[in-house]
Amino acid sequence: MGQFLQQVLNSISIGSIYALIALGYTMVYGIIRLINFAHASVYMLGAYIGYFAMTYFGLGFFPAILIAMVLCTIIGVLIEKIAYKPLRNATRIAVLITAIGVSMLIEYGMMFFVKANVRSYPPMTGFLTKTFTLGSMTITTQQILILVVTIVLMVILQFVVRTTRIGKAMRAVSQDRDAAELMGIDVNSTISFTFAIGSALAGAAGVLVGVYYNSINPLMGMLPGLKAFVAAVFGGIGLIPGAVLGGYFIGAVEVFVAGYGNSMYRDAVVFAILILVLIIKPAGLLGKSTREKV
Amino acid sequence: MKKLLSVFLVLVLMAAALVGCSKAPSQPAASGADAEEIKIGINYELSGGVAAYGQANLEGIELAVEQINAAGGVDGKMIKLVTYDNKSDHAEATTLANRMMTQDGVLAAIGPATSGAFKATIPVAEKNEVPVVSGSATADDVTVDDKGLKEYAFRICFNDSYQGTAMADFAMNTLGAKNAVIIMDSSSDYGKGLAKNFKEQFERNGGKVVAEESYVEKDTEFNAILTKIKGEDFDVIFIPGYYEEAGLIIKQARAQGIDTPILGADGFDSPDLLELAGADALNDVYFSNHYSSLDQDPVVLKFIEDFKAKYGKDPNAFHALGYDAMKFVADAVGRAANLDGPSVKDALASTENFVGVTGSFSIDENHNPVKSIVVIGLKDGVQDSITRSGE
Repeated sequence: MGQFLQQVLNSISIGSIYALIALGYTMVYGIIRLINFAHASVYMLGAYIGYFAMTYFGLGFFPAILIAMVLCTIIGVLIEKIAYKPLRNATRIAVLITAIGVSMLIEYGMMFFVKANVRSYPPMTGFLTKTFTLGSMTITTQQILILVVTIVLMVILQFVVRTTRIGKAMRAVSQDRDAAELMGIDVNSTISFTFAIGSALAGAAGVLVGVYYNSINPLMGMLPGLKAFVAAVFGGIGLIPGAVLGGYFIGAVEVFVAGYGNSMYRDAVVFAILILVLIIKPAGLLGKSTREKV
Repeated sequence: MKKLLSVFLVLVLMAAALVGCSKAPSQPAASGADAEEIKIGINYELSGGVAAYGQANLEGIELAVEQINAAGGVDGKMIKLVTYDNKSDHAEATTLANRMMTQDGVLAAIGPATSGAFKATIPVAEKNEVPVVSGSATADDVTVDDKGLKEYAFRICFNDSYQGTAMADFAMNTLGAKNAVIIMDSSSDYGKGLAKNFKEQFERNGGKVVAEESYVEKDTEFNAILTKIKGEDFDVIFIPGYYEEAGLIIKQARAQGIDTPILGADGFDSPDLLELAGADALNDVYFSNHYSSLDQDPVVLKFIEDFKAKYGKDPNAFHALGYDAMKFVADAVGRAANLDGPSVKDALASTENFVGVTGSFSIDENHNPVKSIVVIGLKDGVQDSITRSGE
C-alpha cells in the first residue's frame, strides 16, 4: 500500500508537468486549430531562463520562475507574431510545418548558443531541500512545490478564462472566429493573449522540471512535448479541463507501467494510448464529437 | 567569360587531384627505419561529441613525449608526433589512419579514445602493418573478436567485462553485499555488457540479483522504478551507465531515502556527476576506474606533480591513460629488433611488467593488459577512498 501511494505521488509530480505543457497545446489548438509544436521549445527555454537566473544572478526559486514566465510570454507572443500571423489565412498544413520548423530553429539554435551538454541547476537551499516521511512514503518539498504551483496557475487560468473580458473573448474566438470578429472582438490580440498564457505556463513547467530533476539540455522538450500533446488529445484537444485530466492520466500511466510492469514499455504504452484514442474516440475523453462543417 | 572561368577551375582541380594521386604512393617507403626521428601518429577526438576524452589523452601523450625526448629520446632518436583530429567521427578516424600510415609513414599510432572509432582504424592498421594502441577503448571485442586476434591492435586499459566482474567482487568482498539491484542503461553496449558480467560474477560468488531495471539514454524520471525496488530487500545498487543518467538516479534514490551503497564503473568519472547528483547524495558511492589522484604510489605522485607543472590542473584518468599509452609505445620501440611495424608489434605483444601510472601490467595473448583496477569511493561528492583489486 505504501508503495502504491508513493507511486501515486510520483505520478502527480510528473503529471503536473505534463498538464502545464498540455494546457498550452490545447488553448492554442482551441483558438486557431494549430498544434503548436514550438510549444515544447518554449518549455525548454523556460528551463534555461530559470537556470541562468539562478546560476548567474543568484536568484531564488520564485523570482526565477516569475522571470521565466515573463520572458516565455514575450517569446511565445513573438513566435506567434513572426511565424504564425503572416500565415493566418494559409492552409493548416502550412502553419503546422512552420510550427515544426520554429521548434527545430529554437532547439538547435539553443544548442549552438549553450552547447549540447547537460546542465544542472545550482544546489537548492532552504525549504527546497526538505523531505518528509509519512508512514512508508517519502515526500520532498519539491514535489509539494510542483503540485502547489500547478494548482495555483490552473486556478488563475480558470479565473481568467471564466470571468474576465479577455477570457470571454478567447472562448468566443474558439467557438467561431468570424462571428467573434463581427461582434467587435479583436481576434489578433486575443490570439496573442492565448499564446502568452500558454507560453507562461510552459516556462513555469520548465523551471519546475529543472529544479525537480536537476538536468536540462536543449532537446529536453521533445519527449515531454510529445507526451503533453498525447495528454491534450486524450483529454480532448481544445478543452482546458481535458488537458489537465490528460496530463495527470499520462503521468499516472507512465509511473505505473514503470513501477508495476517494465520501464522499457513506458513510452510505448503512452503512444499506444494516443493511437487508441484517435481510433476509438478522436474527440478525446471530454470532447463532444462535432461534425466538421463543410 | 564566367563559363570559361569555371571550366578552367575544374581543370585545375582535376590536375591537382591527379598530382595528389601520383604523389601518394611514392611516400610510404620513408618509414621510421632510417629516419632520425620516430614518428608516432595521433588520431584523437579533439573536437566533436567526445572531445573531452581525446583532448585529455593528447595532453597526457604530449607530457610523455616531452619527458622521453628530454631524457634523450628512444635510442637517441627523438619522438615526433603527427597529430590529427578525427572530429569524433568513425569514418574520419579511418581516413586519418590511412593517411598517417601511407603518407606520413608513422611507426605506430595511438588513439582514438572510444572503442567504436578505434575499431574502425584496425583494418587499416592490419593492412599497413602499423600497430595501433588505444588508451581507453574498453569494449570487449576491440582486440579480439569471433574472427580471432587482431594482430596489430593493442590497448592498455581493462575491458568492460573485467570492470563488471571486479565490481561484483568488490560488492561481495569489501561491502559484504548479498542481494543486489541492477539499474542498467539498456541503450548502450557498455551498460548491457557491464550488467551481464556483474550479474554472472555476483551470482557465481553466491549473491542474488533481486531486481533488474533498465532505462534509456536521456531519461530523467526514475522515481517510479526506484519506488518499485524500494520494496525489495537488497544491500547494494549497481548502475552500469554513464554519469548523465546515473547522477539523476543517485539523486532521486537518495531523496527517496534509499541509502544503500551505489556502485558504478568508469562511466561515473566526470565532474558533472557531482553537479547532477549534488554533494549530499554522493555518499557511499563507489566506481571502478583506471586511475585515482588519491593513489600514493610514487609513480602516480610523480606524474601528478609533472602534470600540474605543465598544465596547471589535476590530471584525470584519460590524461593518465594517454600518458601510459605513449610510454608503452616508446618502451616497445626501444625493445624492437628493427624500426618497422611488425617488429614493434612483436615488442608490444611481449611487454612484461610495464610500470605505468594506471598500474603495472603485462600484455596477454589477446593484446589486453593484465592489470589491477581501482575502486574509488565518494564522500560528499569527493574522492575519499581507493581500493585496488584484481591484480
